[in-house]
Amino acid sequence: MLLETKIRGSDHSINFRVYGIDSEKIESRKNVSADSSNKQLWAELIKKVETLEDTSAFEELFNHFAPRVKAFLMKSGADPQMAEECSQEVMATVWRKAHLFDPSRASASTWIFTIARNKKIDAIRKQNRPEPEQLYPDQDYEPDQETIVELQQETERLTSALEELPEKQRVLVEKAYLGELSHSEIAEITGLPLGTIKSRIRLALEKLRHSMM
Amino acid sequence: MKKHDIKHHLSKELLLAYSAGQLEEGFSLAIATHISMCDQCRAELESLEAMGGAVFENLEPNEIDVDAFAKTLALIDQTSEKAKVTPKATGLPEPLADYVGCDLDDIDWRPIGMGVKQKILVNSEKVSARLLYIPAGTAVPEHSHKGREVTLVLKGAFKDEIDYFGPGDIELADGDTHHTPVASDGEDCICLAVTDAPLKFNKLIHKIAQPFLKI
Repeated sequence: MLLETKIRGSDHSINFRVYGIDSEKIESRKNVSADSSNKQLWAELIKKVETLEDTSAFEELFNHFAPRVKAFLMKSGADPQMAEECSQEVMATVWRKAHLFDPSRASASTWIFTIARNKKIDAIRKQNRPEPEQLYPDQDYEPDQETIVELQQETERLTSALEELPEKQRVLVEKAYLGELSHSEIAEITGLPLGTIKSRIRLALEKLRHSMM
Repeated sequence: MKKHDIKHHLSKELLLAYSAGQLEEGFSLAIATHISMCDQCRAELESLEAMGGAVFENLEPNEIDVDAFAKTLALIDQTSEKAKVTPKATGLPEPLADYVGCDLDDIDWRPIGMGVKQKILVNSEKVSARLLYIPAGTAVPEHSHKGREVTLVLKGAFKDEIDYFGPGDIELADGDTHHTPVASDGEDCICLAVTDAPLKFNKLIHKIAQPFLKI
């Protein structure tokens, strides 16, 4: 699994450089359909971890995400040793907080990114990060499948939209999330294609709020 | 805290910096508190996090130790209980309740003049965050700041040269903004004010001078 994802990852960057724009678009579209089912799979695996404490489901998640968490932390300034330890802690948090994952509002990648980001602030920057109030739905609240699928598809579109941004803008966005930009540079990032996913999340929040009344 | 008709929201710049984990603690406190009160900004934040998720997903994976999975399972066993869910009962949004630690009525306010009181929550080198208590109809002495200022109304309302701000509303100001907030008649106003700290206090002097400090 690890090998597969590594190959896919490096493949990807090679495509980007070697092919022209047209084939690049075709490539990213192809990835969309492959990734789409993947991402739903990730969400289902998190569910299995939550409800069944399923270790093999967790191992699949681990093999895909732990190497990315480590990469993220190293790019954020952690040395390899620290990045290794912190990525294990991040993945342990994935297990412990699986019940807080809401697939109608975030993909697995997005959710795990937020855990890794918080770890970065906590362990590397040694700062507190106040978090918004968690939303506590009723015990029996389950987001409906359609909402989940739509959100996952929208996340896919966002991923390909990121790849199709003009090079300069894309690099800027990546740097922002890897913690390499100052405030004034962050202010220069405009026009992120987030309108649709924002309204999806808004709808999911409304459904969730409704269940909380 | 009840949901209100919030009219003044967070800027994209602040939300992006927060979602990327690039914001100082004091400002993060204001952002997290506002989002706890505002689903519009929560959706905006979560969509920015989705962008972060896309960047994260596209990272070149890094080699991990061969025993990383086993070690992680051991970590999970050590702390087997699930992350606890403990909403606090202070009537304040959770992130703020963590800092205040008590009910609004029980805060040990420090007077700063004209009936205005403050409670400092975060005072780092770069950023300070405080609660301000402004009696109904009272003006906060005119002030300006070298850096950014984020004000979040928690209770009551104030108006200044720019607009009217009620519960949940955010006012964003930069160094050029000179404003005189006046608490609306009828109800005392409590807000959370975060500034790029304009002054560096010596800790001892700070203690002695605290009752006389202006903002």
